[in-house]
Formats: sequence, structure tokens, C-alpha cells
Amino acid sequence: MNVKRRVAVVGAGITLFRRRLKETGKELSYLAANAALESAGMTMDDIDCVVMGTAPDAFDGIHMKADNLLDGAGATRKPYSRVYVGGGTGVFSPIGGWWHVASGLFDTCLVVAEEKMSPCIPHPQTAFRTIWDPIITRPLNPNLVWIFALEMNRYMKTYNIPKEHIAMVAVKNKGNALDHPSAQLAAKITVEDVLNSETMVWPVQRLDISPPSDGAAALVLTSEDVARKFTDAPVWIDGVGWSLDSAYWTNRDLCFPQYVAEAAKMAYKMAKITDPPKEVDFAEPYDPFTYKELHHMEGLLLAKKGEAPQLTADGVTQRDGDLPICPSGGLLGVGNPIAAAGLMKCCEMFWQLRNEAGKRQVSGAETGVAQAWGDLMQVGTVTVFRR
Amino acid sequence: MSEKVKDLRGTRLSAADLESKDTITFRGRPNAKYAWSAGIAYTKYLEELKNGRIVGRRCRQCDRVLVPPRMFCEQCFRATDEWVYIKGTGKINTYSISYLDADANRIKTPILVAVVDLDGASPGIGILHKLGNVDIEKIHVGMPVQAVWKPANERKGSVTDILYFEPIKEK
Repeated sequence: MNVKRRVAVVGAGITLFRRRLKETGKELSYLAANAALESAGMTMDDIDCVVMGTAPDAFDGIHMKADNLLDGAGATRKPYSRVYVGGGTGVFSPIGGWWHVASGLFDTCLVVAEEKMSPCIPHPQTAFRTIWDPIITRPLNPNLVWIFALEMNRYMKTYNIPKEHIAMVAVKNKGNALDHPSAQLAAKITVEDVLNSETMVWPVQRLDISPPSDGAAALVLTSEDVARKFTDAPVWIDGVGWSLDSAYWTNRDLCFPQYVAEAAKMAYKMAKITDPPKEVDFAEPYDPFTYKELHHMEGLLLAKKGEAPQLTADGVTQRDGDLPICPSGGLLGVGNPIAAAGLMKCCEMFWQLRNEAGKRQVSGAETGVAQAWGDLMQVGTVTVFRR
Repeated sequence: MSEKVKDLRGTRLSAADLESKDTITFRGRPNAKYAWSAGIAYTKYLEELKNGRIVGRRCRQCDRVLVPPRMFCEQCFRATDEWVYIKGTGKINTYSISYLDADANRIKTPILVAVVDLDGASPGIGILHKLGNVDIEKIHVGMPVQAVWKPANERKGSVTDILYFEPIKEK
């Protein structure tokens, strides 16, 4: 890998995450972008280019919505592009920003991620019907939750995982979110609450699932020279990785996300990390479902195959544990405006590494990993941030 | 959120707000319709389903038998070589029990969903389908199952020509 120059994060911003927000997507993009610029001590005049991360058009109901969002992202008459890998988009958007700056083409890049799922009524699930192959899958009338339930069951059966251990992820993340001012579903709950919650698609129960949400988030990326002018405490993007697996998902091993492992290996190699569990201080793996946090810890090589549930049961992944996982509160607690949720994880790394996370602060955090996942359970996007 | 930031940005809207007359909202519904060609591989796949048979494609380089069939092997990235008929039997790779319909409405009678690894296809090559004629309590990973077909005169060349997979009775 030939990385021309190091890329810094110098600002981060976020809106509230809620089931419905009154602001338009454009207004939300503006609020998050403006907050990130304020945090960096910059104005749009300092920004060379803009990358927008936003996921399925069908939720907002505006086809090619990045064009519609452009003004809110401050991108008028600037080099602007949208990056998109479904649910993996949020962590892919700073990767898109990174290559603009790492290549030497631009010195500064504003990365904005927006999602409004509320316009799709009565439930955004209906929009998911159109992601399936129309020839061989749609005639079966699938619900998107099916594929996660199928994957979760395969994972549980392969490693003989008790549902109690998986439920602990919801308890932890919703609890962590109590300290996140933007959080939509922060709550103090118990394992029993999760196990007694409504069965949606067994083994997935109501409290295993993150909610539909509206929200936006943003980061400001710069070259090293520019970063030094604006801050004494830049955070560095030291590794990026992404990988996609076959769309023939029923032909894949559902108990291990190999594509996440490929993305993680790419990012670790760039960041010169050889022993991830020892060298990573905390992680923000994608947790739209409880089991996915565990699946992704294993894909990120932070736990051995099948062992993430036990680490969770042992308290290792608590905010004060040896390997804090989702100190933000994750998608389960903060909410899941898809692309914005992934970028929220990168924002969290920025605040953690700057020691600005307040009650959520992980002590001694020097290296963090964020990851998102999506499309037809086939994409892994990974970033390594250091202070 | 940074502890340095005091203002929370965004204005919560309730479901009632979105519906209420004093909130200005606009409604629309796309009126786009599509007609898809099934393509080369799936046309044969669907024609054979109409005949009551499952067909896959073999890649001689990786020696995998692929179902659903494709005219190229995505791993070797070369054209696949031949059609291979697969038995309508297999084993449950994984399953789930859905109390949600396709629009996330609650349903009383669950839909039983499975990935079935087909006998005669390569290991790990499964298809998505439904289970039927089975006791929910007895479904398990590894359970041997067989396709139950619609009567020949009702088949139309669709994955739904297989009604569901049912357990193979012990002999």
C-alpha cells in the first residue's frame, strides 16, 4: 500500500437521532455539517471538497437524493461525490473523504452522512422489499429481518451460544446510550426484558433490533499540515479497509463475516496493527442487531470465532472493561439513521480520542476501530483512528 | 457527542405530528412499474422448476455446482461449463420463524423460513425457501428435507413452483 500522506480528523458534529425529525434531509445535513465545522474552528471557505454518505434512496423517497442534499452539505460549486454501500455507507463515507486527502488531491474534505427513514410510511420496511432479486427472491415475499434471523440462528447453532449472552449486548448498548445526548433509545433494561420482548422473526426479538431513525452526522478531514494550523489535538485516520462478498448470500458461510475480516485486515495492515485485541483500545462495531455486534467483533479479529458472546458475558466489553465495545451506545441505543449511524461511530472515536466524551469516556483510549455493514449482508467497512 | 457541545440540534416530530393538520406535510407515491427479463441462467432455472426439476451450473475450475445457477463463476471469474440437475432434497443450513409479513405487519401464523443446502450441489450452496408440513418444535439445523412441488398444471416457472420443503420421513 502506498499512502501518500496522513489524514487527520479535526472536527465532528451530529444531530439528534429520533424516529422522526421535523427538519428535511437538507436541513439535517446542514446542522451536522455546521456543527462539525464549528468543532474544527473552520468555515466552508476552508473546505476543498465534500463527500456525502447516504443510504437507500427509497427511505427519503427522493431518487438520487445526494443531489438534493448537496446544498445542506455545503457542496455547491465544489467537488462533490456520494459514496454508497448500503448499511456500510456510514463508515465508508470517511473512507471516501480519506482518499480525497490521502491522495494529495485536496487538503480538506467535509464528510456528511444523512438519513431520513421516517418519510416512508407506515414503516420503512416496505422500502426494503425492493432490495431483493426480483426473479428468484421476491416471489417468496421476504421480510428483511428474515436474513438476519437466519444468520443469527446459524451463528447461535454453530457455536452453541446462549441467547442470554446475546441479549447482554442490548442491555449494555442501551445503557451506554443513557450518556449520549443524541440517543433515541437509551434505557436501563435487563436481560429478561430482552428475552421477554416480542418475537419478531425468531430468534430475533424486539429488543434485539435497532430502530428506524432520522439523523445526520459529519466529520472534517484535513492533511497533516492543515490539521496543525487548526488544532493541537488532531485524530488520525491510520487505517481504512473495505470488502464486499458475493450477493449470492445463501451460498455463503453465514456464521462468520469473512468480508469484515478482509476489510479489517486491510485497515490493520495500513495502521501496522498485528495483534488487534491488544492494540485496539475500544471499538464501535456495527450493531443494528444484538448478535451483529458479536459477529462483527469476531470479523474485526477482536475475538476468536464464537467467543465474543463469552467476552460480553464476562464484562470485557463494558465501557470500563478491557475492551470497551460501542461506548457510544451504538445503533441499539443511539439509533439507526443508516449512513448517519455509521458516521456517528466515527464521531464517537473522535470524541473518545480527544477525551471529550464526558460520561462516555473510555480511559486511556489511544486507538479505536469503527465498522459498518450492510447491502445484502455482504459489505464490511472499517476505519482505525488514533490520537 | 462532545461534552463541549451544549446545543442539541434537530426537532423531534411524533407520528401524530406527522399526521396532524397543523404540520405541513406532503404525500406521494411513486408510480414506477418494471418488467424484468429473467436473463440467461434464471430463464433455464425457472423453466426447469416448471418441469419439477432443480438445475444448477458447474464450474469445472473450482468444481462447484452452483444454485441458483449463473453463467459465470464469480470466484474463478470465467464462464461456467454445464447444466447439472440437482435432487429436490437437502438439509436445513439455518431457519427462522417469522411473525412479520413483508411489510413488517404482525402475523399470527408464522412463516417458516430456511436456507436449504441442496443434495448434489456443492457444500454450503443453499437456497432460500419456506418450510411446511413440519412441527415447529422439531425443526433443527441439519434436518433432512425435500421439496414439495405444486401440481404440474399449476406451475408457472417461478421459485414458488416449489410450495415449501418438508421433513423427509424416517424409513
